Amino acid sequence: MQVTVIDYKAGNLTSVLKSLRHLGAEPVVTDSDVGAITRAARIVLPGVGHFAATRRLDETGMTTAIREAIAGGVPFLGICVGMQWLYAGSSEASDTPGLGRFPESCCRFSEGSQKIPHVGWNSLEVNGSSRLLAGVRGGEYVYFTHSYKAPVTDDTCAKTHYIEPFAAAVERGNVMGVQFHPEKSGETGLKILRNFLEWTC
Amino acid sequence: MLTKRIIACLDVHAGRVVKGVQFVDLVDAGDPAALAARHAREGADEIVLLDITATHEGRRTLLDTVRRTAQELFVPFTVGGGIRSADEAAQVFEAGADKISVNSAALADPELITAIGSSFGAQAVVLAIDARRDPNATDPVRDAQVFVQGGRKCTGRRAVEWAREAEDRGAGEILLTSMDSDGTRAGFDCELTAAVSEAVNIPVIASGGAGTVAHFAEVFSRGKADAALAASIFHFGVSSARSLKQELQAAGVPVRLPC
Repeated sequence: MQVTVIDYKAGNLTSVLKSLRHLGAEPVVTDSDVGAITRAARIVLPGVGHFAATRRLDETGMTTAIREAIAGGVPFLGICVGMQWLYAGSSEASDTPGLGRFPESCCRFSEGSQKIPHVGWNSLEVNGSSRLLAGVRGGEYVYFTHSYKAPVTDDTCAKTHYIEPFAAAVERGNVMGVQFHPEKSGETGLKILRNFLEWTC
Repeated sequence: MLTKRIIACLDVHAGRVVKGVQFVDLVDAGDPAALAARHAREGADEIVLLDITATHEGRRTLLDTVRRTAQELFVPFTVGGGIRSADEAAQVFEAGADKISVNSAALADPELITAIGSSFGAQAVVLAIDARRDPNATDPVRDAQVFVQGGRKCTGRRAVEWAREAEDRGAGEILLTSMDSDGTRAGFDCELTAAVSEAVNIPVIASGGAGTVAHFAEVFSRGKADAALAASIFHFGVSSARSLKQELQAAGVPVRLPC
């Protein structure tokens, strides 16, 4: 099963590719080839690092191609910063717009007694109707590492609590995002990636 | 709820996991890939592989070991030991590491932290600090000294300040080993761990001295550690991550229990 993985030069893709291959997928990596997005059967936008790195998606024309692919029904999964990019933007880089598929914006955790970043295994509170999280029970743990987060809205399919509740996963039609790293979240993470790979219209 | 992490550490020499008391009397403890997989299956939240070979020939073996170990590992995987440049780090990431741990190379050139962090993200840079209390200081804990070369050479740096500087330079986590406690199985240095953890906003992984379940519970509460490293107690089946976590949960520590 072919899946296009977008490289926007913000970190290491090895773990994402490895987990997709482990599940029987054949990932194709592109860092600028718009054609690879236009032809994609599914798209994964991984991400670690700074929101500003997503600027490369606009500069290479990949944003337009992603927008068209999504409109054409291609399943799309954003991971970590890749999920945050689905929103209007993030206060981490206020001059860099996101895709705007979800109208809200991402912001930093509130300063207080707890450490920022949020690093480690935290539990999911799952919205039962999610297709991405099918088979994932409430209370299952996934691995997070981030300082910015998306708000809980009607599109949130799982929330997690750290300092305040935030969107751990978002889903609307063929557009999905996870704040955690499914490629590093043991069996629970693999189950979620498998759901994405099996997602059909 | 964010859980406290239990991290299994594998000391690797020439492609094999070894175990010894202060690097003396190394005993073969098995294949790194097999042991990492076993620890992950039994509930370790993370795997750290520390290369104690650090020879040229050993580097190539290490990359091969990292590749084999990462292949079927779906929890965070940190690799450290002798990584001296951003290029070497890039090779280790390419082989499958999620995080790199740097120690003496970062002391020699603190810019290394920034260099790796800017290419791979702060979350991918773990600064390892080997520290020892300074018995001559007014405050032996706050003034604990940073050592290199397995605790033999004092660097003149203070652990708390070095941790703070590393955070400023873009480190994502601190792996703090107490040279006083290491190998004793008498418990972590909770005071030292708390002093460092309170000084920084990034997670601190406590290391050195684990012997009982109570030691872990203590370093999470009194030591304010975000994670704790355990090496030898996991080998030879002395204790598994699963049993450790079950007991910690019973003691009221939030942990992730394996399915």
